[in-house]
Amino acid sequence: MAYKIVEENCTGCCACEPECPNQAISETSNGLFVIDPAKCTECIGHYDEPQCVAVCPIDLTCIIDENYPRYEAA
Amino acid sequence: MQTVQNHTGAESAGLNAAVNVDEIMQKVAEHKGCGTSGGSGKASCGSGAGANDLPPEIWEKVKNHPCYSEEAHHHYARMHVAVAPACNIQCNYCNRKYDCANESRPGVVSEKLTPEQAAKKVLAVASTIPQMTVLGIAGPGDPLANPEKTFKTFELVAKHAPDIKLCVSTNGLALPDHVERLSQYNIDHVTITINMIDPEVGAKIYPWIYYKKKRYTGVEAAKILSDRQLQGLEMLTERGILSKINSVMIPGINDEHLVEVNKAVKSRGAFLHNIMPLISAPEHGTVFGLTGQRGPTAQELKALQDKCEGEMNMMRHCRQCRADAVGLLGEDRSAEFTTDKIMAMEVNYDLDARKAYQEAVEKERQAVVAAKQEELQTLAGAHSDIKMLIAVATKGGGKVNEHFGHASEFQIYELSTAGAKFVGHRRVDLYCQGGYGEEDALGTVIRAINDCHAVFVAKIGGCPKSDLKAAGIDPVDQYAGQFIEQSAIAYFKEYLDKVASGEIEHVAKGDAVIRQGALIAA
Repeated sequence: MAYKIVEENCTGCCACEPECPNQAISETSNGLFVIDPAKCTECIGHYDEPQCVAVCPIDLTCIIDENYPRYEAA
Repeated sequence: MQTVQNHTGAESAGLNAAVNVDEIMQKVAEHKGCGTSGGSGKASCGSGAGANDLPPEIWEKVKNHPCYSEEAHHHYARMHVAVAPACNIQCNYCNRKYDCANESRPGVVSEKLTPEQAAKKVLAVASTIPQMTVLGIAGPGDPLANPEKTFKTFELVAKHAPDIKLCVSTNGLALPDHVERLSQYNIDHVTITINMIDPEVGAKIYPWIYYKKKRYTGVEAAKILSDRQLQGLEMLTERGILSKINSVMIPGINDEHLVEVNKAVKSRGAFLHNIMPLISAPEHGTVFGLTGQRGPTAQELKALQDKCEGEMNMMRHCRQCRADAVGLLGEDRSAEFTTDKIMAMEVNYDLDARKAYQEAVEKERQAVVAAKQEELQTLAGAHSDIKMLIAVATKGGGKVNEHFGHASEFQIYELSTAGAKFVGHRRVDLYCQGGYGEEDALGTVIRAINDCHAVFVAKIGGCPKSDLKAAGIDPVDQYAGQFIEQSAIAYFKEYLDKVASGEIEHVAKGDAVIRQGALIAA
């Protein structure tokens, strides 16, 4: 499962991109950022808290994507 | 006063911290003793520190830097490039979502640049504005939270435009990790924003920080931030890098505390302290804007700056400019240099032409100083306790050369028998124009300079003239095109004579409003 970035809230500041341990975050053609749900592990096994949530300057921008089941560490 | 010795030793022996701190503190201490009142033939200390009261190698570093030298800011321009969008802390006076083309405040920018675009922009601007001597990276996030982009930009600019000074402005959280690299890139000016040294105060300003892969909040966050800021400052001082400290004055939260901050940063070798008024209009959507936290009045700001000035140099000419500002302080020509425009520009970077232009600027600048010194002689022996403020409309060059109606800001000088001292500026333009008639605009100007006895202009119409007089502000156009300080001293001398003869009575003026954000109708 995965986090997603709420497009209307994203400022394109890029703070999240280098912090992601899974290189799941990339820049879109309009200068905002998206999370690849196939790569996102919710930082489980890496850090105590999801890094995109921890660094994002706007509350409720990096949120759980309900379309995917919660990630479970292998 | 001792002479400065072995400066190059201080810079090259960067590892021997204990020795270097002493040496640099010695240098800092040397100019600290100069009076803040100006006086007979000596340039005043504070942000107006001049060639006479700084160690020569420090003067050499700051003399063409508009943000480090009040005198230089009349003549030299700066630019910021917005290559650093990410930030590692949250401040209650900042809202990262907000941007508006009519707004000018730190942390706000309309477009972000890649290092390559930024370097091209620097060359384009430097070729168009030969007095542009300084490149700063100030955001819109924190430059050191974007170290690769920041340093890549510096590397490219240093390669193609070696005469441009590089500087960086940071919140300090990541600073200790990058001091070594900053010194390698020959960056000799760093600004750190330090709003507190007490984490209890900090908790009211910073809701969170992101440090070592973790989000910290409250007092714990503020403690880490403060420790890192002061550690970073000490490391800069050890390496002979000049540090300016920016502090945002937030009434009721850190206003009294900033006196303690001032002492703490001074003792760690900071060169200049810039206390700025909080910008907190509700429409900016910042926490402070929404909670109704007010900014200081002009008198409150000046009183705090005056209080700290005995301790160290104070900067009073800060325009709190955007992370993409271009031009002289107080003007913003960034609209001329949008990414589309610069990418289409043929850039011919002519180092010799820039040098020749700057030599001409230097002559003009020396003329300003000479004229001031000469006029000061006329005040010699005058005794009076009268201090008064005047507002000046200027386009730069140290002259009274702007029409009253065209001024987007006024520079404020304090006049006393010690001379004319620059103490600040007042914006009068509307960030978001529209809906306000000229009558309102005049009211805005009067409120902004209400603490001034006179306003010096190149020209002024009859209507505003009588309104100003009614508000107790003397409109003065007799010094059009002349040097500001020289004119101000001459005016003050005449004023004192009139008071002495009983022709006029000196009355104190009231407070003034610091403009911020869109005009809020009273």
